Amino acid sequence: MSTLQLDAEALYATLRDGVRGLLADAAAPDPALVGIWSGGAWLAERLQRDLQRPGTHGVISSTLHRDDFAERGLAASGASTQLPFAIEGRHLVLIDDVLNTGRTIRAAINELYDFGRPASVRLAVLVDRGGRQLPVAADFAAARLLLPAAQRLSLARAEGAAPDRFSFTVEGSA
Amino acid sequence: MLARRNPQLNSHGELIHLLSIEGLPKAVLTQILDTAGTFLAVNDRDVKKVPLLRGKSVFNLFFENSTRTRTTFEIAAKRLSADVINLDIARSSTAKGESLLDTIANLSAMHADMFVVRHAESGAPYLIAQHVAPHVHVVNAGDGRHAHPTQALLDMYTIRHFKRDFTQLTVAIVGDIVHSRVARSDIHALATLGVPEIRAVGPKTLVPGDLAAMGVRVCNDMAEGLKDADVVIMLRLQNERMNGALLPSAGEYFKRYGLTAEKLALARPDAIVMHPGPINRGVEIESAVADGTHSVILPQVTFGIAVRMAVMSTIAGNSAR
Repeated sequence: MSTLQLDAEALYATLRDGVRGLLADAAAPDPALVGIWSGGAWLAERLQRDLQRPGTHGVISSTLHRDDFAERGLAASGASTQLPFAIEGRHLVLIDDVLNTGRTIRAAINELYDFGRPASVRLAVLVDRGGRQLPVAADFAAARLLLPAAQRLSLARAEGAAPDRFSFTVEGSA
Repeated sequence: MLARRNPQLNSHGELIHLLSIEGLPKAVLTQILDTAGTFLAVNDRDVKKVPLLRGKSVFNLFFENSTRTRTTFEIAAKRLSADVINLDIARSSTAKGESLLDTIANLSAMHADMFVVRHAESGAPYLIAQHVAPHVHVVNAGDGRHAHPTQALLDMYTIRHFKRDFTQLTVAIVGDIVHSRVARSDIHALATLGVPEIRAVGPKTLVPGDLAAMGVRVCNDMAEGLKDADVVIMLRLQNERMNGALLPSAGEYFKRYGLTAEKLALARPDAIVMHPGPINRGVEIESAVADGTHSVILPQVTFGIAVRMAVMSTIAGNSAR
């Protein structure tokens, strides 16, 4: 059993403030939020609303560019990229829940490029859990900690009475 | 005798070859349709390509000609970033007397990763699947009178796209059912996906009598077959059938079983009309219907590419064990 306790709601408040800062960068005008399916897309959806951004956030799926396709095959995830705005020449802030190996970010950026060439891409995550296998870094992380590779950390979203409430689930031994 | 595993599935029940719709569980069909939905969006992007089959070689082996099917397989493989090799087999090795398995052995030595096979003999893709190395995958692009599973899947995708739910539908398949691998595969797919009423419509000489055992309602009368149908699937009448004793004449056939606007009015007002192509205008379908508002014949072609992408990427991602 793990004793790790992460308050996802408190971390979300920190992320929201950090993303507000990234969006206010005068060097990157008219930025757009893009969440990585699925956890990052939930975060982006709520950030879009809480930060009173105009329009709809984008959703990017890394499925079609994953590098473990040969081992794992195609998961029927229902994930699909939805970009309701042109990304050509646009400043983007990519949102994800957990940054680990960096492979999902690599795949998501490849996917983005199938739609055009953004002016810049920055990355904000809820948790940077270490374990990088690629030269990828977050511009903002609400928390940074080092988890053993065997532990799985994933974001969950409540349904029903409190629709947007986030929590973390931790699986596997520490 | 030991129960044999379906040769299309590995020990985890995952699809490794697509040879026939028969015997595939509903979950496998539904997963392919869902995956096709993802690929349909890829066709609208600036970059109409994803790297899932990068570095893989897909060999199109068409022992029987079919420009359209071969082309859609080729486009699908290329949009998955595979290298595609088209072999005009009908005019090459086989003509020189090489056996099917020798042809396959030679192409395997050229490091093929996937064979897309069309063959006049029923069962040829099964034979190939039994003899390829474990990492090689086989897709049946039509074998004899037996099966045409990717056509059935694209037909199911089309029906789901326009009708959403299979479990309330009446589907009429009209024409030369007895010689049609499309009809056979469609019937298996419709039954697996829960369509409550499947009708086989055509003259006695072209509709097999044993279909009732598969839960299919046989209608030799066109009006009875079309009444209140949600989906009408027209089949191509192959010219060679005219030469035998199966049909009196093309004109007579069109009069009784050709789809006209007048006959289509018997179906539901929101019925869709499908056809695997190529269509024979004035033989099994009149132009006003083929080009009319009920026709979804061209969307079928578009969906066909996404469905074939889904099939190829699904089997390529599953290993033989």
